[in-house]
Amino acid sequence: MKYISEFRSRDLAMGIIANIKRLSDKSARLMEFCGGHTVTIFKHGIRQALPDTLEMVSGPGCPVCVTSNTDIDKAIALSKIPGVIITTFGDMIRVPGSNMSLQEAKADGSDVRTVYSTVDAINIAKENKERSVVFLGIGFETTAPTIAASIVQAEQQGLNNYFVLALNKLSPPAIRAILDSGDVRLHGLICPGHVSTIIGSAPWGAIARDYHIPCVISGFEPVDILQCISMLVEQIEKGEARVEIAYSRGVRQEGNPAALNIMEKVFQPAAAKWRGIGEIDASGLKLNKNYQKFDAELAFDITIEDSRENPGCICGEILRGTRIPLDCSLFGSSCTPEHPVGPCMVSSEGSCSAFYFYGGSHD
Amino acid sequence: MCLAIPAIIKSIDGMEAEAEIGGIRRHISIQLTPEARVGDYVLVHTGYSISIVEQKDAEETLEMLREMASLAEESG
Repeated sequence: MKYISEFRSRDLAMGIIANIKRLSDKSARLMEFCGGHTVTIFKHGIRQALPDTLEMVSGPGCPVCVTSNTDIDKAIALSKIPGVIITTFGDMIRVPGSNMSLQEAKADGSDVRTVYSTVDAINIAKENKERSVVFLGIGFETTAPTIAASIVQAEQQGLNNYFVLALNKLSPPAIRAILDSGDVRLHGLICPGHVSTIIGSAPWGAIARDYHIPCVISGFEPVDILQCISMLVEQIEKGEARVEIAYSRGVRQEGNPAALNIMEKVFQPAAAKWRGIGEIDASGLKLNKNYQKFDAELAFDITIEDSRENPGCICGEILRGTRIPLDCSLFGSSCTPEHPVGPCMVSSEGSCSAFYFYGGSHD
Repeated sequence: MCLAIPAIIKSIDGMEAEAEIGGIRRHISIQLTPEARVGDYVLVHTGYSISIVEQKDAEETLEMLREMASLAEESG
């Protein structure tokens, strides 16, 4: 496929790896924020191909993984309200909350439907006017504009049975929280490609400046990731710290203005709770006052008991990059992709799932 | 979850378009890239086009990488 196969070229990849080996002298730890990058790195054996000077750690960029148990419990409570249809992206339905997953709620009689797009959720609302359709609004900046677009569409079409549980999260505040905590010392950031398609490069430029850390925005094919690593190494060796785009076919400096406009029209930044990291100021999106009638949290009386985590699960530490799946006593025994205990095993982009399928090891 | 796949736009009707992704045609919304035209490659995320692929940039990147790869081989 055009713009995919060229960026999977073995010859090109081998050449860039040779270049990285030639350039890299200083020891450095690089973090990929995005779960999509984690999958590419593991699937193509990039960790093993890099010189010993470079260590890779995975960050919190898996939307399903960082959704807190409190928010999953809210979604499950919503699904039990008579007349409600829950619509959601696929991975969410298997994530265990405090007591059950949405999939188990569905088995108990809740109406939970997997959709590919908010367009599908809107269509379900149109076809079920006597019911209330709630879309679970998870995802980062890539997905938030598509959710905003669905809300604007519902308003324009006078759909008053469509609601969103607004759980969208923003990437730069999470990276700042990890850098502020000082738990993991990082020397370079592989910044998320499609998040940056929307937000542009400026937020990463500010992080590069504030923390003196090289930031390079990457695409999702192996050649893209290797190009990004090569550019990071070049900055590290020169002692530089700035933002660069290694994915110019998909990311412009200014981002996508139409997408940013519709996000701003519908949402406003709000504090959000991240699994493993905790509450971060202005790291989430809530519906602003003009669109509050579509806010599922305001439209329904949601009551949940105190949320709890599975005591053995170390997803939180894995998301912060302080531990790896192999450190977890549940990994591969009581927690597997078929019977996941924590979200990092549920989501195909989670670190535990990547380690399980592609055989991760201690660096 | 932030996956987006390149697709070529085959036809446009208002803010909806038909796009071909690896031989499969599907309806997408171009609301987030209203400037998209028939023949453009766009990145499709959950049924929405989120960006028009910069074809010239893609070619330039590949050219630059080929050069980097051949230099590394010569010096390696």
